[in-house]
Amino acid sequence: MLLGRTANGLYWMHRYLERTENTARLIDAGLRVALTGGSEPGDVWSSVLQSAGIDEAFAQAHEEANARTVTDFMLRDTRNPSSVLSAMETARNNGRMVRTALTREVWESLNEAWMNLCKSLVRPVPDNRMPVALEQIKREIAHIRGAFEGTMLRDERFDFSRLGTYVERADNTARILDVKYYVLLPGATWVGSALDTHQWESILRSVSAHRAYRWIYDVQYKPTNIADFLILNRRMPRSLAFCYTNIAENLAYLANDYGIRHECHETANAMLAQLNAARITDIFDQGLHEFLTGFVRENNKLGAEIAESYRFY
Amino acid sequence: MKPFDEMQAGRKVRQPYQDYDRWFGEQDGDYLTAKSRDAEQVFRRTGITFAVYGEQEAAERLIPFDIVPRIISGTEWRRLAQGIEQRVVALNAFLDDIYHRQEIIRAGRIPKSLIAHNDAFLPEMLGIKPPGGVYTHIIGVDIVRTGENEFFVLEDNARTPSGVSYMLENRETMMQLFPELFRDIRVRPVENYPQLLRQSLAAVAPEAARENPTVAVLTPGIYNSAYFEHSFLADSMGCELVEGSDLRIENGKVAMRTTEGYKPIDVLYRRVDDGYLDPLTFEPDSALGVAGIMDVYRAGNITIANAPGTGIADDKAIYSYMPEIVEFYTGRKAILQNVPTWRCSDEDSLKYVLEHMSELVVKEVHGSGGYGMLVGPAAKKAEREAFAAKLKARPANYIAQPTLALSTCPILTEKGLAPRHVDLRPFVLVSDQVRIVPGGLTRVALKQGSLVVNSSQGGGTKDTWVLED
Repeated sequence: MLLGRTANGLYWMHRYLERTENTARLIDAGLRVALTGGSEPGDVWSSVLQSAGIDEAFAQAHEEANARTVTDFMLRDTRNPSSVLSAMETARNNGRMVRTALTREVWESLNEAWMNLCKSLVRPVPDNRMPVALEQIKREIAHIRGAFEGTMLRDERFDFSRLGTYVERADNTARILDVKYYVLLPGATWVGSALDTHQWESILRSVSAHRAYRWIYDVQYKPTNIADFLILNRRMPRSLAFCYTNIAENLAYLANDYGIRHECHETANAMLAQLNAARITDIFDQGLHEFLTGFVRENNKLGAEIAESYRFY
Repeated sequence: MKPFDEMQAGRKVRQPYQDYDRWFGEQDGDYLTAKSRDAEQVFRRTGITFAVYGEQEAAERLIPFDIVPRIISGTEWRRLAQGIEQRVVALNAFLDDIYHRQEIIRAGRIPKSLIAHNDAFLPEMLGIKPPGGVYTHIIGVDIVRTGENEFFVLEDNARTPSGVSYMLENRETMMQLFPELFRDIRVRPVENYPQLLRQSLAAVAPEAARENPTVAVLTPGIYNSAYFEHSFLADSMGCELVEGSDLRIENGKVAMRTTEGYKPIDVLYRRVDDGYLDPLTFEPDSALGVAGIMDVYRAGNITIANAPGTGIADDKAIYSYMPEIVEFYTGRKAILQNVPTWRCSDEDSLKYVLEHMSELVVKEVHGSGGYGMLVGPAAKKAEREAFAAKLKARPANYIAQPTLALSTCPILTEKGLAPRHVDLRPFVLVSDQVRIVPGGLTRVALKQGSLVVNSSQGGGTKDTWVLED
């Protein structure tokens, strides 16, 4: 038996942990692209803000998007609910609320991560400390994930946590792709230019996929391959297909345990079936941007249905 | 007068401390300092924190932990336990009487006005018989020591006493830090407190559910100062930790919202104050409680621990009558002494208190946690004068007690062991029987000479050992 509020807390704790890590990765990608040159730094940071879905919030707080203002907004600004500090605080508050549903190892790693990040992000991070700071964020999250994978019983608590992780991750990957969808479109005249290579590299980096890409595809970046990798490849842990395979699996466990299926099961299965059947060329024909915005919408709907079906509120 | 030291009697080490003292003598100072730091790390990582009201930046703080245990011999403990048991039985009998026939008032042993004009008295409880007949299920009796055989009860916390998680975590931490001590010295265990609590609560579940009752802990939420303890207890009892927003009344039962719909609860260990329990009966704006729970209670379909209205038993004005109360219901003299208390509502007492403020501790009748009190000997003249004005304005709101020379126990300081004042809060469970875990929470005033042990005022804690002997 599990309280609806506890399921809700587990779900959001994991959404916010995922968001914390994604934010760090986006900053990392932004720094890399800005360093390698080719693009206007202002453009690089604007697109990072868009990928994180915080461009409007940023515009209210700052006038100019540059390395300093954007990284600080994304790491430390508590006005930004997705900043590393805010997201970590929200994850930890949710974890504190559902402490009785977590193993001691998970709770302690979460609490430690929060304490450590509060300490290391207390002041603005200077350029030369940035790589260390980002590394630390990723390491803290990896630590929590390790404790979670290694110690949690595979029951409903586990399922709701994983749903949070994958709904957030799917949202994140889809957004990153959508912000850059135009550089992936085939037939663009500047294909193969240095500018493109940087753009693609930044997409792959923002989902930690630049090495794995080379293992599977070519050394040469190809837009269709990149899109295929991040949308349809079921072995790529940040792809939409991978996320939905897991979402469907965890929802199926819940249906099995509780002996009842809800609307969210239909939605998730339909989305998975669509991802499994699709070929990347079809998606391009249909319109990548339309596909992605449709996906984000459906993914949000799924989140709301899960909350409704399992009495989160 | 020099306060009683629990470890050192002149040049000799008192018997309960001898084994520990021998061990301590063999330890290296740096090693102990390092262990002290380890302990802090453990507490911080585990998140054993509390919130201090009114402090913004330090929203979550650690209660300082001292690694020198406070040690009580088996013989000392047996006498304390007897006294405590007598007292909690009397407290429950008193509550039952006050909410039914009020024999003690008819007998003229306590004045009627003390009850009728007391905010802690809940008329809504009149005539209600709680399941199992128990009112105050969990009690923290604050005890101070002033001599070899001198123990006083300072307060009976009969509403929602807190601190038991510190008792348990302190022991856990000590066992992690110094396993060898527990191998060589036979300390009575406290670890089974959560199981005892669960048993104790289950034994007074509503009759119909007594076989296998569903127990839940009700917390005001993560921002409450004792939230850690609430989740700790729910966790270690293996029951749900609920908030008001999880609950509603369904089919005449209190029910909690689960992922599969509403499930009934039989016993609610609530850590929410009376006033917030039921917006339909008490504070209408409260979101912390459950609308209608008092109706379910009246119908006998839920056990609320502690029962609403138990505050009338630990009220500081009632406290001064405890010797009479114990005698009235148990037929025997109280084993544990009360601290002599001046009720400022009484004109002669008020006069005495005003004249002797520099020697007395003056407390608000309804205050707790060390808030709203004046320690005369430690206060500055201006503070005393300001307090005297408050006292004159509302005399009935205050009581006064002599400043007791609280016993001291050593703590580890940079310069080695140094004595500091302590008190003791054992935790008592009342149900089909009285269960007392051998030990309790020892609070220690970390500042030299200070008598205020409250964590909100800079106090710390120690592991409390009751020896097997």
